[in-house]
Amino acid sequence: MNVFAEAFAWIFSPDRLTGSLPLPLAVWQHLAFTFGSVAIAAVIAIPLGWLIGHTGRGREIAVALSGAARALPSLGLVVLLVLLLGVVHKTEAAVVAFVLLAIPSILAGAYAGFEAIDRTVIDAGRAVGMTEWQVLWKVEVPLGLPLLIGGLRSATLQVVATVTIAAYVGLGGLGFFIIQGIQIRSFPQILGASLIVVALALALDGLFALLQRFVVPRGVAGRGARRPRERSGAPTAAAAAATS
Amino acid sequence: MTWVFDNLDLIWSLTLDHLRQSVIPIVLGFVIAIPVGWAAWRYTTLRGPVLTTIGLLYTIPSLGLFALLAAAGVPLISETNLIVALTIYGVAIMTRSVTDGLESVDPATRDAAIAVGYGPWRRFWTVDLPLSGPVLLAGLRVTATSTISLATVGVLIGQSNLGYLFTNGFQRRIVPEILAGVVAVVVIALIVDLLLVLAGRIAMPWMPRRTQTRSERSAARARLAGGVA
Repeated sequence: MNVFAEAFAWIFSPDRLTGSLPLPLAVWQHLAFTFGSVAIAAVIAIPLGWLIGHTGRGREIAVALSGAARALPSLGLVVLLVLLLGVVHKTEAAVVAFVLLAIPSILAGAYAGFEAIDRTVIDAGRAVGMTEWQVLWKVEVPLGLPLLIGGLRSATLQVVATVTIAAYVGLGGLGFFIIQGIQIRSFPQILGASLIVVALALALDGLFALLQRFVVPRGVAGRGARRPRERSGAPTAAAAAATS
Repeated sequence: MTWVFDNLDLIWSLTLDHLRQSVIPIVLGFVIAIPVGWAAWRYTTLRGPVLTTIGLLYTIPSLGLFALLAAAGVPLISETNLIVALTIYGVAIMTRSVTDGLESVDPATRDAAIAVGYGPWRRFWTVDLPLSGPVLLAGLRVTATSTISLATVGVLIGQSNLGYLFTNGFQRRIVPEILAGVVAVVVIALIVDLLLVLAGRIAMPWMPRRTQTRSERSAARARLAGGVA
């Protein structure tokens, strides 16, 4: 366990507060890239996903898109965009790559959330005289929230991991220490920075797990817990994401 | 395009490395996930902790996992490290599929097998596992695609595969080289995916084709669960 002692010594060394990239700044960069990219992706993907979920149109395209996106190597996408947009604009290029990687999960979460809703609930909304707009905002959006949060959670974790790799193009963030550590063969530095990245990912995962628990509308949570497998797809998927 | 035609030999040899580095984890992940997923399905007390742990493994960023494995004794700059890490991610995806798959088997079918005298071992191999097939296949397709794409990160720990085209292309500022790498990875993932679908059709001719099945829902869930890069 000596390696861990050295890694912690690296993390808590006073040198981490000085130098070209102080550790707190790297953590901040990492978080800023992650939340910034996920926010931009959310602005694009959530309305689109809701539109697909509400109308039921374009689902096949969305499914194919998220399947293809999984095959897209994130490192390749980052270096490709950085070269295409020019190294001067590497920050913008990397953010574009992160946004592209975050969109499929959020899109899937948004439309899957709507799809998972029992059709009779939506029909009941129409039957009591709700307009389409009301059906969307008062029925579909609240009931679809748990899966949407699940999508945001996957997207965030994907981006946290990709930001780490993107340090290869000189973007900063926690990956900087890992990649530099590999070059200078300093294992305490590699492990120390890795431990922070892992802790960051786990903390964000936990945060979204909590959020997911809070956004379940009252009255739905109880029923979902009592008969989790009945409507198969939806509640189980939410539960799955919550435990994963 | 000229770059691609001038370097077909390089692309081909990197492709072979890439296939070796991804097929081994895909197979290992599948094989390891079967007993783990079965245990999580069979013993309800285990299910929560096992699936939670496995889910947490999947949230670990790849560069972080390489370092953690190195701390556990695997040489950092080695193909073993890449393969072990990819196997861990494969197990993380597949275990849930195995549990979901076994859960999708109609209990009446299982009871019928017990009634005609199948012991637990034979029942598992001839009834439960084959009937979980469609869900397993969906999980395996997700595992295969993400493993093939993720393997490129191996270049950052000194492993030569299609990811080499990204780092080399970046250093030498050759856009076609990087593009060739991205396209090659996507094409390989697509081919392996098609092969898996084909194998599924042959192994499970009874499998429904067009209707939205449990397996598709499981695939959707796998898509939603976590995300490593």
